[in-house]
Amino acid sequence: MTDDKDVLRDVWFGRIPTCFTLYQDEITEREAEPYYLLLPRVSYLTLVTDKVKKHFQKVMRQEDISEIWFEYEGTPLKWHYPIGLLFDLLASSSALPWNITVHFKSFPEKDLLHCPSKDVIEAHFMSCMKEADALKHKSQVINEMQKKDHKQLWMGLQNDRFDQFWAINRKLMEYPAEENGFRYIPFRIYQTTTERPFIQKLFRPVAADGQLHTLGDLLKEVCPSAIAPEDGEKKNQVMIHGIEPMLETPLQWLSEHLSYPDNFLHISIIPQPTD
Amino acid sequence: MRSPSPACPLGALWLAGGSSARWSCAVVLAMMKKHGVPDPRALGALCSPPILETSKRDLLGRVCWPRRGSACLGPSRKAWVQGRLCVPGPQRWNPMGGFCEKLLLSDRWSWSDVSGLQHRPLDGVALPSPHWEWESDWYVDENFGGEPTEKGVGELSTHRGCPGLGVPWAHLAPCAAVPNTSWCLTSACCDGMGIGIFRLAHSLLFSFLPTFPSSSNSFPLEPHRAPTLVFQGWTYAIDFPATYTRDKKWNSCVRRRKWIRYRRYKSRDTWAKIPSKDDPKQLPDPFNDLSVGGWEITEEPSGRLSVWAVSVQGRVWYREDVSHSNPEGSSWSLVDTPGEVVQISCGPHDLLWATLWEGQALVREGIGRNSPTGSCWSIVEPPGPENGIMHVSVGVGVVWAVTKDRKVWFRRGVNSHNPCGTSWIEMVGEMTMVNVGLNDQVWGIGCEDRAVYFRQGVTPSELSGKTWKAIMAARECDRSHSGSSSSLLSAGCFFGDEVKGSGESAPSDTDATSEVERPGPGQHLPVESLDNSRNLKESLASGPVASRTAEGVIENACPTEGGPGLASTPAVLPWTNIDLKEPKKVPSHSAAGFPETTGLSSMGLLPLGLEEPYGAEDHPLWAWVSGGGCAVEACYVPKWFAAQSGLSPSVQTLSLSIMPAQTAAWRKQILQQLTERTKRELENFRHYEQAVEQSVWVKTGTLQWWCDWKPHKWVDVRVALEQFTGHDGARDSILFIYYVVHGEKKYIHVFLNDVTVLVPLLSEGKHSFALYTPERTRQRWPVRLAAATEQDMNDWLALLSLSCCESRKVHGRPSPQAIWSVTCKGDIFVSEPSPDLEAQEHPLPCDQMFWRQMGGHLRVVEANSQGVVWGLGYDHTAWVYTGGYGGGCFQGLASSTSNIYTQSDVKSVYIYENQRWNPVTGYTSRGLPTDRYMWSDATGLQECTKASTKPPSLQWTWVSDWSVDFSVPGGTDQEGWQYASDFPASYHGYKTMKDFVRRRCWARKCKLVTSGPWLEVAPIALRDVSIIPESPGTDRNGSSIALWAVSDKGDVLCRLGVSALNPAGSSWLHVGTDQPFTSVSIGACYQVWAVARDGSAFYRGSVSPSRPAGDCWYHIPSPPKQRLKQVSVGQTSVYALDENGNLWCRQGITPSYPQGSSWEHVSNNVCSVSVGPLDQVWVIADKVQGSRSLSRGTVCHRTGVQPHEPSGQGWDYGIGGGWDHISVRANATRAPRSSSREQEPSAPKEALGPACC
Repeated sequence: MTDDKDVLRDVWFGRIPTCFTLYQDEITEREAEPYYLLLPRVSYLTLVTDKVKKHFQKVMRQEDISEIWFEYEGTPLKWHYPIGLLFDLLASSSALPWNITVHFKSFPEKDLLHCPSKDVIEAHFMSCMKEADALKHKSQVINEMQKKDHKQLWMGLQNDRFDQFWAINRKLMEYPAEENGFRYIPFRIYQTTTERPFIQKLFRPVAADGQLHTLGDLLKEVCPSAIAPEDGEKKNQVMIHGIEPMLETPLQWLSEHLSYPDNFLHISIIPQPTD
Repeated sequence: MRSPSPACPLGALWLAGGSSARWSCAVVLAMMKKHGVPDPRALGALCSPPILETSKRDLLGRVCWPRRGSACLGPSRKAWVQGRLCVPGPQRWNPMGGFCEKLLLSDRWSWSDVSGLQHRPLDGVALPSPHWEWESDWYVDENFGGEPTEKGVGELSTHRGCPGLGVPWAHLAPCAAVPNTSWCLTSACCDGMGIGIFRLAHSLLFSFLPTFPSSSNSFPLEPHRAPTLVFQGWTYAIDFPATYTRDKKWNSCVRRRKWIRYRRYKSRDTWAKIPSKDDPKQLPDPFNDLSVGGWEITEEPSGRLSVWAVSVQGRVWYREDVSHSNPEGSSWSLVDTPGEVVQISCGPHDLLWATLWEGQALVREGIGRNSPTGSCWSIVEPPGPENGIMHVSVGVGVVWAVTKDRKVWFRRGVNSHNPCGTSWIEMVGEMTMVNVGLNDQVWGIGCEDRAVYFRQGVTPSELSGKTWKAIMAARECDRSHSGSSSSLLSAGCFFGDEVKGSGESAPSDTDATSEVERPGPGQHLPVESLDNSRNLKESLASGPVASRTAEGVIENACPTEGGPGLASTPAVLPWTNIDLKEPKKVPSHSAAGFPETTGLSSMGLLPLGLEEPYGAEDHPLWAWVSGGGCAVEACYVPKWFAAQSGLSPSVQTLSLSIMPAQTAAWRKQILQQLTERTKRELENFRHYEQAVEQSVWVKTGTLQWWCDWKPHKWVDVRVALEQFTGHDGARDSILFIYYVVHGEKKYIHVFLNDVTVLVPLLSEGKHSFALYTPERTRQRWPVRLAAATEQDMNDWLALLSLSCCESRKVHGRPSPQAIWSVTCKGDIFVSEPSPDLEAQEHPLPCDQMFWRQMGGHLRVVEANSQGVVWGLGYDHTAWVYTGGYGGGCFQGLASSTSNIYTQSDVKSVYIYENQRWNPVTGYTSRGLPTDRYMWSDATGLQECTKASTKPPSLQWTWVSDWSVDFSVPGGTDQEGWQYASDFPASYHGYKTMKDFVRRRCWARKCKLVTSGPWLEVAPIALRDVSIIPESPGTDRNGSSIALWAVSDKGDVLCRLGVSALNPAGSSWLHVGTDQPFTSVSIGACYQVWAVARDGSAFYRGSVSPSRPAGDCWYHIPSPPKQRLKQVSVGQTSVYALDENGNLWCRQGITPSYPQGSSWEHVSNNVCSVSVGPLDQVWVIADKVQGSRSLSRGTVCHRTGVQPHEPSGQGWDYGIGGGWDHISVRANATRAPRSSSREQEPSAPKEALGPACC
């Protein structure tokens, strides 16, 4: 019998095979070979691409190098979104490996945040965590943690150490026995078709009548366009971590098991592939 | 009808009768919970719309009695009582016709009871009441004092009147042990339909047929040489009355034999009318109040109950002989009172209070083991002269009273020595009545609102509690299984020596372990465990029960017809579901609905079509409450008690929390998609480089270490756990222990993939654990580390454990083949067997087995290779494995999300009071200077006073006070003393001239609450369990898995409906025996062997899938001068263990003669044995010497076991130091290389099948 712990493991160890290619207009001293890497779905691009940077810098002159950024089919990739989300949202219907173009010039200021160091990623990650716990436990759990626990969460993510991370993170996934779930579910819903970066609202895991809310309930409430009418054709995929959970899945369970390390459920709504 | 008296936790619910047609009231029957999580249904309550703003006297006056008042015995859980009557037939020998039924004139009746004084013809033996029925016809008992009489194995008596013997080789305890006047329990079981439980009781009545020896017969004097005689169950003596022997001797002039007939109590789940006490010639005097208690009177025979009644004329009656086996009792006896009594209350121990019409209280003094009715009354004045006491209720050590002005009073200073207490304390609140339930918890009916109130904050230290709290209807059912502290179970047995405990032999002091714990003798285990172990699950599982309970309520709410109506209505209550089943969708809810919640759930979900007496908004007016069947733990008050009315109950939540998420479609789909995703995104890209290189991670801390050098002591150490990932992705870790010796810094290190087991060693003071490697297992010297706090220890233990599992890639649920073991602390370990563990050549040394811990606390675990795992707690509760892992201190990643439940266990701690006699003062607690401590452990070496003795570890809490243990081996006098000439010696239960010292044993119960992947299998408490091992490649064709068990009463039971999907099975089938059994084991070919309390073995014939209970027992004599205590059957091998630690292998077993021919001694020094489906033999050895120290309780593997040499050659020593039990019966895996060779021996084994099946 598989256990829910296996879900956590599968989620954590999700990897996207990626082919990094240097942008054609970048000036190089010699030809830049593409670089192949397995990217952890739950991590952040700038956190795991030191090797890529090093690889391409070898063939470039120092003066041509400024801040690295990534682009896929013309879309600059936001490093502060988890990798798995970026892939699901932008590239899930295309063939693997995921072809990412690497840029060292013309930083798209209006699309991307600067990422001068890992501290920035850490700050972003921890602020997400705190926001999520504010929703879940009125910040009580994260505030009761010690500094070293926060560090352990971050180090767990940075070093891809599942048990190190979850030794602490499990506390964030607990809720009082007398409740049936978190106060609110931390989630964000992303659509490529809208200008709005994402939808985020207050949503409880349990309805007033005691029924557990499901993924379907959430979408009906906050993003009704995402789900097909009862008789209509399915137009969208609702994707988390590269899978499409059934709309009947309880939201609380999803939040406990399919949240990204930042404790948010990042849900992608993408058009149903036509083929 | 006026008052249902407290339902008591033994399951009998009594009801004072005398019903009035013009007075309607409803009875809510109490369902009892063993597990401290009461359901509102567990509250017996009386709800009456039109009641009583009147004084008590008015109330009495309003009752009119259309019929004679009578008492009813309520639908007790112990539905069946099986009794057995035995009528021995005596004969006298005369020179002409040999033995004949013509007796001398002076002789006794030819059919008589055991004394011979009373005529008992077979057809004249009547059932005691209509509530009993015969189960079988008369047959002759063919055993005498545990030995078969005069004949070879298995031949049936053909004497008249005993055709078709169901149990021809049943074993009987010596007749003298069962006097004809008393009833004694022999067994309990459940019928095949899973409808209920019935238990055996027998009253042995003997009759005698005299005979004279005929000269033509020569009678061999030695018992074993009587093959020519036809066995007919006769025992012989020189004349009546005399000592009977099995052998006919030259001077045997009379003979007798015993006839047995089973009867059972059939009035289950119904109200049984108790025959009236009234003399028909006198005016009827119906009952007015009734109280049941006395089930915990110190060391009384288990199952005994005190039933007290008060009649309208104010007289007090005591019902004689009420016990589990005879819930009706036998007769009413009048107890004189100094005044007119109106109400009575009897506590579980020795408290009995009654109220007088004049307003004083009466207190019964002198209630005890030898005098359940007490000796005299004392009068206690009411708190004020103007307001007399109207109602009183007592518990273990508390008395609550309500005076006529509705004020509630608590009596200060009540205890066993002073049952009257010292003074009254007024409590806040006004009540019409109060009732003290289990654990001295208090219930009341509010004066104003007529709501049911529960006294919050009642704890052993604060018996008066804090506040009254109105009880809400059930919102949800708490799943915690905290056991009831009312359970009288004593500690489990270290090495399964129940037989020893209950036997005659008195082990010397040195036999006892150094622990203060001592094996609890089976006999004094209370019967209640059988009944009250019906736990929450069942009630949860039985949604219909809830609604039908409510149905019963509503029906009863209509004016009832009186006694008969009462008798019939509750019969619809389905007390039948004793099984673990998937819960129904309908949540159980209270019949005690309150307006705040009724609108939300309770009433709204009642089945349609019911006539509801109240609208949803109606407020039911309660008149009576009885919490006697409702065990509430002081510290674990169920949530629903305090449920806020604003929070709505969630049906969905309830079903979700019970139904594992595993079964939901959405979950399966997620798992499936994740697997597909991994395949899609990784399969073709494994050669890609990982973005993040694995790095080293270190956890450090400060612990204490039991240093390796002498003198051994705890030294402070720094500890670092370094984890790293190898190139293959596998993790490994090293544990460094840095210490300082002679100012020099040093360290030792342990590779965690080398660690074989981590054992928590909780003791009073230290939170420590031991870490074993193969090397340290051989040395018998683990690395012992201690943490400052329990939390710290648990963190380390969980982390190290996880690291060990990671490095060995062991996680999740153990495989079905797993080997299970239990330590003497009750910790559960499981090991994945490698295929070469049972290899013929070069088997894996068993010190290299890796054990990981499972949450929970058990004494015994048994498994089979289909994943069915059962465990037995120290309190004999049966548990079934849920498929989860973790629990206990393993939280988070080391634990499964679901399938982990609260588990509790209760055991006793024993200390000894020692005294020496001196000529001046007699026995005093002042010994010689050289004497042992006057309060000590069993060895006398450790001082253990009542005050200083603590529970075994911080996880345990006391749940009872110290009480004298009368059931120690060797017997005691009335005060529990055992005498001897000097310490240490063998003790006896009576004083002689030569005795200068005496001791007595005090026991105190303690309780552990933990969690683990276990669910209780209610309601029968078990002593032993065995699941059929599956030989490789067997196909059971979907038939259920055979599971046999021995109840804590010694009944042999067979579980029906056990399968891999439903490991708990569905119901018990009782297998008749003539004496209590202690051990049972079923082999792969359905060979069932068992050990009886007298130490002999039995083989059960004709057990097969179609006939799960077999047909008859074949007696197998024990090895000479040894009493067996355990048996284990593999595929063909049969091993047995005696009380002296000798291991025996049965020889001469063939397909045609599965009983075998003789016992071959294999080894001594054995505590417990487990034979597996490959006929592999594993034991727990008593003492094993290592290079560094000695360990007691070591896992050992028999080497050299071959089909032609089933007893093997030697021992391979594995993990040890406090191991108590092992089950290898699930491991049917063997390395393929040798398994081909194993096919040959399995061929004749298959041939055994037809012979046995």
